[in-house]
Amino acid sequence: MTESLDTEPTSTIRLTVNGTLHVLEVPDRKLLSDVLRQDLELTGTHVGCEHGVCGACTVQLDGEPVRSCLMFAGSAQGHEVTTVEGIGDDPEHPADVQQAFIDCHGLQCGFCTPGFITTIDAYIDENPHPSEEEAREAVSGNLCRCTGYQNIVSAVQRAAELRAEGASQ
Amino acid sequence: MKPPPLRIHRPTTLEDTLDLLSEHSAAGKVLAGGQSLVPVLNMRLAAPSDLIDITAVSGLDELLVTGDDGQTEIIVGARATHRRVERSAEIAAANPLLGEALRFVAHPAVRNRGTTVGSIAHADPNGEMPMILALTGGRVDVRSTRGERSLEADELNVGPLETCLEADELITRAVFPGLPAGARAGFDELARRSGDYGLAGVGMIVDVDDDTVTGLRCGFISVTDVPEILNLDALVSGTGLNDAPEAADAVVDAVRNFIDPGGDIHASADYRRHLTGVLASRLFRRLCRGENPRKRAGGTRRPATDTKRGRA
Repeated sequence: MTESLDTEPTSTIRLTVNGTLHVLEVPDRKLLSDVLRQDLELTGTHVGCEHGVCGACTVQLDGEPVRSCLMFAGSAQGHEVTTVEGIGDDPEHPADVQQAFIDCHGLQCGFCTPGFITTIDAYIDENPHPSEEEAREAVSGNLCRCTGYQNIVSAVQRAAELRAEGASQ
Repeated sequence: MKPPPLRIHRPTTLEDTLDLLSEHSAAGKVLAGGQSLVPVLNMRLAAPSDLIDITAVSGLDELLVTGDDGQTEIIVGARATHRRVERSAEIAAANPLLGEALRFVAHPAVRNRGTTVGSIAHADPNGEMPMILALTGGRVDVRSTRGERSLEADELNVGPLETCLEADELITRAVFPGLPAGARAGFDELARRSGDYGLAGVGMIVDVDDDTVTGLRCGFISVTDVPEILNLDALVSGTGLNDAPEAADAVVDAVRNFIDPGGDIHASADYRRHLTGVLASRLFRRLCRGENPRKRAGGTRRPATDTKRGRA
């Protein structure tokens, strides 16, 4: 721990986030969650526990949910990163999963919500008709301290309905 | 809660990877999915100066089943994620133990990055996959600049979070034997919350000839220091499948005598011992009945349109 920040190893990385390529010079040790928030100012990705338990930092890597606090930013090179902003970034036109959270009152303080949105967005593609039990299991890797989960479970099923409607239009 | 300063190397060939491991030796650490290593770094429980990221190394992403019926082997390369292993219908057909246990490994978001070989190298006694390697009678293939060797599971695991690997060695792949004809296998565990490390877990392979049990091997998680396998062939041999409920009591006694659980804030040693027996009894009777596991619903499911299970 004697190494000063001046001599800290850095690398130039090429990161594709929400469809945009960024070329950044970052310390090797910098986590994807911190690069998203600090370097790219995509502060929708929240940082909770920083050891992979709470799920608040969940983003999609090539469409699959991953913990951005358990990845170095450089490890995301060669992959497509999608944050909650990439799923929906317009309050007037929320994405289907975001609309489902509004419909079902699936959030209170909102801190954990981006992790739920990125998780559920991928999940309902995999399981378009989740039962209540399946919906509960699908969000079991994300912690919420406000809602008691009932409304989030409802939001998973509502999101699946909205996606099916969207697909049939 | 941030990793200490370190340098990350991203080799693309196995030769460069082994050179880097040799160069940095004990100061270096292999980074694959990072789902165990990065939390350790974030919490500053370890401070390697150099990480060798193997996720771009060609040739380490193999995932296949080889051999003929009854003599198959599942080959899992060092880069293969838990999710790829879990989703492979071919692997499920060759040995359902892998997929059954993987459904208990953390959550889908962690399995999407974490690797099966990484879990085995991490050698956590709470981890499912080191035990599954031991229970199936599997091995790992190891490379370094000095040569290559194969290690059976009981050679590899020397203590909790400790393997016999040298600092310059890399596990290039794990090899799990397929389930022999007539054998039945299953896994079950109980955790306080979905995706947590299990308070206790049990894996079993039951050999069956016609309507008679001819062998039984059990492995455990969270209640032994290393994945030791309990062989109960002599105890159960000759038991009729319909007599499993009676035989299960003897299995439970043998299991509770074999394990060596510790107690912590989550569960006392006595409770873990009791729980392991309950899990073993349920699993043994379920396998003798020939039933599929209780479905653990959710993110682990494959899309209905994409299910091609070749087994009953």
